[in-house]
Amino acid sequence: MAQYKLVKCTINGKEVEKMVDVRASLTDMLRNDYRLTSVKKGCEVGECGACNVLIDGECFNSCIYLAVWAEGKNIRTLEGLMSPDGELSDIQQAFIDEAAVQCGFCTPGVIMSAVEILESGRDYTDDELRKLLSGHLCRCTGYENILRAVRKTLDKRLGKIQ
Amino acid sequence: MVVGKSVKRVDAFDKVTGRTKYTDDLCDRSAYVAKVLHSTIAHGKVLSVDTTEAEKIDGVIKIVTCFDVPKNYFPTAGHPWSTDESHQDVADRLLLTDIVRFYGDDVAAVIAENEVAAAQAIKAIKVEYEEYPFVLDVQEAMSDSAPLLHERFPNNILAHTSQSVGNYEEAIKEEGLIKFDNWYDTPTVQHCHIENHICYASEENGRITVVTSTQIPHIVRRVVGQALGVDWGKIRVIKPYIGGGFGNKQDVLYEPLCAYLSTVVGGRLVKLDSSREETFVCQRVRHAIRSHIITYARPDGTFVARKLETFSNQGAYASHGHSVGAKGMGCFKQLYPCENVEAECYTVFTNRPVAGAMRGYGIPQAMFAVESQIDDIAKALGMTPLEIREKNLMPVGYTDDFSKNVNYFDSFNQCIEKGKKYIDYDRKLKEYKNQSGDIRKGIGMAVFWYNTAVWPISLESSSSRMVLNQDGSIQIQLGETEIGQGADTAFAQMAADAVGLTLDKVNVVSCQDTDITPFGTGAYASRQTYVGGLTIKQTGELLKQRILDYAQKLSGVSCEELDIVDNIIIKKADNSTVMTVADLAVTALYSLEDSRHITAETTFQIKSNAYSFGCCFADVEVDIRACKVKILDIINVHDCGTLINPALAEAQVHGGMSMGIGYALSEQEIFDAKTGRTLNNNLLDYKLSTFMDHPHLEAQFVENAEPTSAFGTKALGEPPTCPVAPAIRNAVLNATGVAINRIPMTPHVLFEEFKNHGLL
Amino acid sequence: MYDIKALYEAKSVEDAINLRIAHPDAQILAGGSDVLVQIREGKRAGKELISIYMLDEIRGVSLDENGAIRIGSLTSFSHITKNEIIQKYINVLGEAVDMVGSPQIRNIGTIGGNTCNGVTSADSASTLFALDALVELTGKDGKRIIPISDFYIKAGTVDIHPDEIQTAIIIPKEKYIGYHGHYIKYAMREALDITTTGCSVNVKLSEDKKTFLDVRIAYGVAGPIPMRAKTAEEFIKGKAVTKENIKEFSLQVMGDINPRDSWRASKAFRQHLATELAQRAITECITLAGGEI
Repeated sequence: MAQYKLVKCTINGKEVEKMVDVRASLTDMLRNDYRLTSVKKGCEVGECGACNVLIDGECFNSCIYLAVWAEGKNIRTLEGLMSPDGELSDIQQAFIDEAAVQCGFCTPGVIMSAVEILESGRDYTDDELRKLLSGHLCRCTGYENILRAVRKTLDKRLGKIQ
Repeated sequence: MVVGKSVKRVDAFDKVTGRTKYTDDLCDRSAYVAKVLHSTIAHGKVLSVDTTEAEKIDGVIKIVTCFDVPKNYFPTAGHPWSTDESHQDVADRLLLTDIVRFYGDDVAAVIAENEVAAAQAIKAIKVEYEEYPFVLDVQEAMSDSAPLLHERFPNNILAHTSQSVGNYEEAIKEEGLIKFDNWYDTPTVQHCHIENHICYASEENGRITVVTSTQIPHIVRRVVGQALGVDWGKIRVIKPYIGGGFGNKQDVLYEPLCAYLSTVVGGRLVKLDSSREETFVCQRVRHAIRSHIITYARPDGTFVARKLETFSNQGAYASHGHSVGAKGMGCFKQLYPCENVEAECYTVFTNRPVAGAMRGYGIPQAMFAVESQIDDIAKALGMTPLEIREKNLMPVGYTDDFSKNVNYFDSFNQCIEKGKKYIDYDRKLKEYKNQSGDIRKGIGMAVFWYNTAVWPISLESSSSRMVLNQDGSIQIQLGETEIGQGADTAFAQMAADAVGLTLDKVNVVSCQDTDITPFGTGAYASRQTYVGGLTIKQTGELLKQRILDYAQKLSGVSCEELDIVDNIIIKKADNSTVMTVADLAVTALYSLEDSRHITAETTFQIKSNAYSFGCCFADVEVDIRACKVKILDIINVHDCGTLINPALAEAQVHGGMSMGIGYALSEQEIFDAKTGRTLNNNLLDYKLSTFMDHPHLEAQFVENAEPTSAFGTKALGEPPTCPVAPAIRNAVLNATGVAINRIPMTPHVLFEEFKNHGLL
Repeated sequence: MYDIKALYEAKSVEDAINLRIAHPDAQILAGGSDVLVQIREGKRAGKELISIYMLDEIRGVSLDENGAIRIGSLTSFSHITKNEIIQKYINVLGEAVDMVGSPQIRNIGTIGGNTCNGVTSADSASTLFALDALVELTGKDGKRIIPISDFYIKAGTVDIHPDEIQTAIIIPKEKYIGYHGHYIKYAMREALDITTTGCSVNVKLSEDKKTFLDVRIAYGVAGPIPMRAKTAEEFIKGKAVTKENIKEFSLQVMGDINPRDSWRASKAFRQHLATELAQRAITECITLAGGEI
């Protein structure tokens, strides 16, 4: 009865393919088939943002995205952010420096939203940043230091601060 | 010295790279999946469970029902065990129950090869119930005609205690007193840690291992043993990193059932991963508490006599029970000491989800009631909120007769000063007078009372172990747990200072494994930095002593003359280097004459407790016609003693304030009056604040070193949640003149209140 | 892992139509932000699904030769908001769908899925009602274009034949040229929420900005399906732009709407909101149109 499909896609810069159960969500595929466990399950209905990943440069809740839809897509998870030689990206370092991490469960998803924001190359007001980050629920931080980390990284990239 | 410095979290690198492993990340993919069948009635008896159709589903391994499980009643509260039977937690839970007491109670469980088969089987099981009437309201539950949940508890009263000071009845006879008589209601809310509870279990060598997302691994071990009727040593509990707890995981949740399910399939690996919907309904919630306060005051604002009655909604099972309501009652006579006080607290079973521990443990509820009434009194007497507090707040030198806590410092005034200054209180209080129009601003504040740890109600002890490695670094292990708050980092900082090492030489073993980790009761009561600090200091000093003993042997210098500073053993007299700890460590371990594995392990039992005080100021804008409150600015100020890590302390306050904002304005579980079902059991309908619902959150501190604490620190984990709701409520009062005596102050509530007061 | 009986992936609109005919019980899956959630809840578990998500041919916004704006049904909310045609001519729609759920939901959610659900709270729907939008349905016999008000039949039911899929939303030129629109989503939080009451208004003022030439006002969650408040519209047409007329306009709305009591909000509160939002939305439209109040 089980129905499988070959899904070819690019994950964190690498072309991959696997036979995937058509019933699987992208969260299932990334966690179980590729062991990318930064992709977290918090609600499985697209309300918390813990499973957020980048698909062709846009943020998606992978829990409500069918794995078969990944065909041909470019998918990025938090695991792909650190350089091969172990150097952290600026946004990861900012999360450490600004104490934006507590339990860490929402962190991977939020950082991936921040990546989309930062890669847009645009500047945003704090209110705009809050809106762009509003797909993530966090119970530890009150969002305060997360916003601070994203703000500072954005300002640095735009040359507004050192 | 690293205590007091904002060093980076020891676990931050792994968390920002996604490599931190939480329970589900560690579970082997071969695990069977278990799901629980929950009752679809609020109260009744299971007559039969028909599993015929469910068993036919491909992939279903086994189904167990309430009629199959052992009848070992067990308690679930994450409290230290008491060897005094009368002080033990109420044991009223079974693994699965044939008497269901809330909509969502656990009736049967399916073990399947995969989650789809398990979900299909749950749907296919047919349960026949005999329905009983149910009750959701705490005071209705106390009436003689109310349905009884537990036979042993007449009128559904789990417990009723009282306190009395002076002579209330006599005191109120004084002429000219003004009476204030008010009721305040707080809602059932949920912790909403982003990682739902999850555990998995299997057997090895005749023992059961449970890996679980918990705050209290050693307590889980005991309760799994009690529930399964096996020796506690036969249970091994492992706690990896967890995605938040906030008290929900200070209860034993599905660990006993999961362990049991493993045993019925030959000890195979079984995973029980709770859904968000189950987290809202089938685990723990905050007690909804109704408070009735009567205050008799003189026209000058002096309190002459006060009376408190509280009704704490326990939900269907005892869990943490009366201790939550009792803590709230306990602070009443302390925060505003008055010569004549009567206080009583009822904790009452209802057919709601089970209430347990949640950040603040009864104090957010108490502060909402107490601090709201203070402002109501001030308003009526024509005093400012600060004037009435100044007159009545706990003075310096106050000692509580029960806990023996001493108010050593002028924390309240110091915190209030900082808060006032930040928010520009005096100016705004004037500016916001006499407003009209549809949009009005308001300024409000509230203080809070908290105490640290659980002595003298329960045991307070903590154990730690330090092991010296060959390179002069150490491992440290405690039973106290990292749950996201930053405990590991604080422990590392304290251990470094206790031994004389730099922070990079201290490795905190984050994972607790009851086979390996020293005994500790875990993360609750804002106790860990306080109590853990005491054992860390003691063990660190013992380890240092052992290192210096060996140094004496190697150097010939008396150990009394030696010290360790920044990884180097020095002569105290002239700070000259004797040798490095690294050189000593490698010599000691590999010495052909006298090989020593240098370790230390101690238990520290503390028989004291420490006050932790502070306040919140909120500046709000009320859009009357839209029935909405917008927070313009908000600050919490805390005196939690010496800060171990200021940046992490600040971050922790932000989180607590956020929870307080939700408590004030939006969060509540809503129950269907017809069925008892929780209507909003998901993160869409349960209104936890988002990024867009907050202004900047300001956190500031006053640092008065706590004399009873090893590093001068005291409670901070829970306190930030306590004063926020009343501060916002008092700001709304200031803006509109409307005293709202129930939270959350949702648009629905504001609509009714504004209509009643003629504003709409 | 979803409880899906079988998944059929459409390769083209034609393929989707054939799949619908071959599998009459199958549920269409666009972005899935509602359907997949319902499967997980158990409501639609164990069903066959026809995924049309990969059909790029019905994605995107274009302007046809008659000036009508055509929005492919699979266009995501975020792509609608970012689209230049939308921003230039019917920014109100871009703003309305920018209030759906969260950025992630706006990336997966499609305007076709949002309208085909037939729910009253859909943030796109009230604005589409206020724009007098048309719905394009494609079936084995070709295309059928109907007004959005006819598309909605009752709560949860829309007019799609068993051989059809929705392929576009069309806003004719005469419905937007000269109009200024504003949408207010009233919800319990500022993000990640469903609408308590939504109000979308389009206003056309006279050249001197002193008279209402035309006003269209539509609501979400003021009844079982999105609806227009025609009595109020009739009242205000031709009237002067004054506070009194706006107030009366907002009260006239009560004759059209029919909100109900639910645990999410009381009828009385929703009625209060409907009048309040009508005033606020029309006032904003006047400002956008260059008028003064």
